[in-house]
Amino acid sequence: MNIHEYQARDLLAAAGVPVPRGAVARTPEEAESIARSLPCNSFVVKAQVHAGGRGKGHFQDGYKSGVHLVKTPHQVRDVASHMIGNTLITHQTGPEGKPVHAVLVGESTDIARELYLAIVLDRSSGCPVIVASQQGGVEIEAVAEKSPEAILREVIHPGLGLQPYQARKVSIFLGFPSTGLRAPCRLLHAAYRLFIEKDCSQVEINPLAVTKGGDVVALDAKLGFDDNALFRHKEIQELKDPSQEDPRDLAAAEHHLNYIGLEGNIGCMVNGAGLAMATLDLIQAAGGKPANFLDVGGGASEEMITAAFRLLQGDPAVKAILVNIFGGILKCDILAQGMVAACRTTPPRVPIIVRLQGTNVEAGRKILKESGLPLLPAEGLMEAAEKAVAAASGKKGK
Amino acid sequence: MSVLVDANTRLLVQGITGKSGSFHASACKEYGTQVVAGVTPARGGEKFEKTVPIFDTVSEAVAATKANASMIFVPPEFAADAILEAADAGIQLIVAITEGIPVMDMMRVRFALREHSCVLIGPNCPGIITPGACKIGIMPGYIHRPGNVGVVSRSGTLTYEAVWQITSQGLGQSTCIGVGGDPIHGLTLQKAVEYLHADPDTKAIVMIGEIGGSEEEEAAEYIHSRVKKPVISFVAGATAPPGKRMGHAGAIISGGQGTAQAKIEALKKAGVRVAETLGDIGQEVVKALGK
Repeated sequence: MNIHEYQARDLLAAAGVPVPRGAVARTPEEAESIARSLPCNSFVVKAQVHAGGRGKGHFQDGYKSGVHLVKTPHQVRDVASHMIGNTLITHQTGPEGKPVHAVLVGESTDIARELYLAIVLDRSSGCPVIVASQQGGVEIEAVAEKSPEAILREVIHPGLGLQPYQARKVSIFLGFPSTGLRAPCRLLHAAYRLFIEKDCSQVEINPLAVTKGGDVVALDAKLGFDDNALFRHKEIQELKDPSQEDPRDLAAAEHHLNYIGLEGNIGCMVNGAGLAMATLDLIQAAGGKPANFLDVGGGASEEMITAAFRLLQGDPAVKAILVNIFGGILKCDILAQGMVAACRTTPPRVPIIVRLQGTNVEAGRKILKESGLPLLPAEGLMEAAEKAVAAASGKKGK
Repeated sequence: MSVLVDANTRLLVQGITGKSGSFHASACKEYGTQVVAGVTPARGGEKFEKTVPIFDTVSEAVAATKANASMIFVPPEFAADAILEAADAGIQLIVAITEGIPVMDMMRVRFALREHSCVLIGPNCPGIITPGACKIGIMPGYIHRPGNVGVVSRSGTLTYEAVWQITSQGLGQSTCIGVGGDPIHGLTLQKAVEYLHADPDTKAIVMIGEIGGSEEEEAAEYIHSRVKKPVISFVAGATAPPGKRMGHAGAIISGGQGTAQAKIEALKKAGVRVAETLGDIGQEVVKALGK
């Protein structure tokens, strides 16, 4: 799960990580009054969307950049009035962009150095790892590629947590003088505590700025959370912003379906994540493009199948649907009943190719056949994918 | 012979009174697995299906029934605790089926298990089966057939696909292991390959991977230096978009790491036969065995 920058900023501040002064505004008037309350003569106004690349982005109406630096509270109001209610398009949002409902108004910081700091999970050791670099303000992947030696990875013992010597080591690597380690060490401990206490999947502070006055502050931060642990963090669940999500994803989440919207035109319904992924691969190997990833799970009920089917039918981009089921726990006859029920209430508007295999496969095929619905059966995996691709492009399958 | 489980395995089921736990305990029993005990706190003294004694704690169950393997269906909030309880009671093989355990919990579990000699399979996995002898997990039993192809996989349904293709070719399986789809889990692909390689009844190994992490690469390195048996592989997610979690918590390409292309390349370099598409696994196995 992802949250807004201003929410990440509040969580960091509450954990004891220094952040620039400022606050979130939902109207231009609010933005102006926040600016007036800040004791400074230069302000940053940042559009709040769930995407990176805001500075280089542009708005739907042609207004440039989601990050502005201005001199007066009046200008803050002006910038905010352009951003709020507008849609920001960046290289991460896709061409449709993301709606802006709020801006973060903050003091601008005199930056001496921009650093990079992140805490993530290291899969191979199964431990948290601190990733640090003096080359902040740019994407860490680019640094890793060009100069891997400029990155420190400090693995943290999951039983013991971050040790003081490790915080000192990271701080020294980040270029802090040995007489000035207290502030960065305190920040590291605070960020690590946040990572553990909130079940984060990542805490990324980029840039971590050293000001001309010598302070250390988190200028921008991205927090990610482990979806599996949200049950014990009501306060994080409340930060969810549905306006930033694909509406198809939201509909799927409501029915506990594992769904990811993609760009193509072949809707997929599959049981099991691995098989769903392999089905996307098959479609592309056959020359087509999938409209989605959809795993109905091993133990899907008839209701879930019906909901999944409606979701695919309701997506205007979908020109054909491929159902690929290996019946294990989810028996083929249950699946067939769900599909028939869904087709009765929402008649199919696109060709549907069905490949069933596994438990009760004969019963399932029989139900589909006797339903009188226009379903194209397929036995082989590649055969099913080829039929779907042909159907989506308007041709008759083999 | 087989790997990790056989007809002598004595299974206990943690969470046996829950919906999934009871359904699958029953299915395993029906398959022929010796289901000797169940554990559900506060339900001790009851019987499952009138025959299997239920205990409050794992240690009581072990003392009374000599159970040596556990299958866990406990809900995600309590699953880490259940794994630790099993390890502490001396269970040698722990199969955690539960999906959705917080990563931090698994991080602590993995660290704690260093002090135990047990093997953890999963979590978020289909389990392990030695066809005809012992099934611990949620896989449909009837698609399997005793034979000499070992299967290890990160995905449940992909394992079933592969197993079905192998069975349809007239072959069978020695042992099939699903290691699970979570980023932090117990048994790794490499360790499973090591077990299958050491098993004299396994003549070929099928390893099914997917995007995310680096276990396929690590297994490839091991295969290259140590494995003499033919290895057939398939990697799912060649066309998955980066940064998206593809169903499994662990199936994600992040920062350019964990792509299917990198894994396939490493496997090919190690001399592994990589099936081009999912439907080709069975035929590749036949070719590898020279039949």
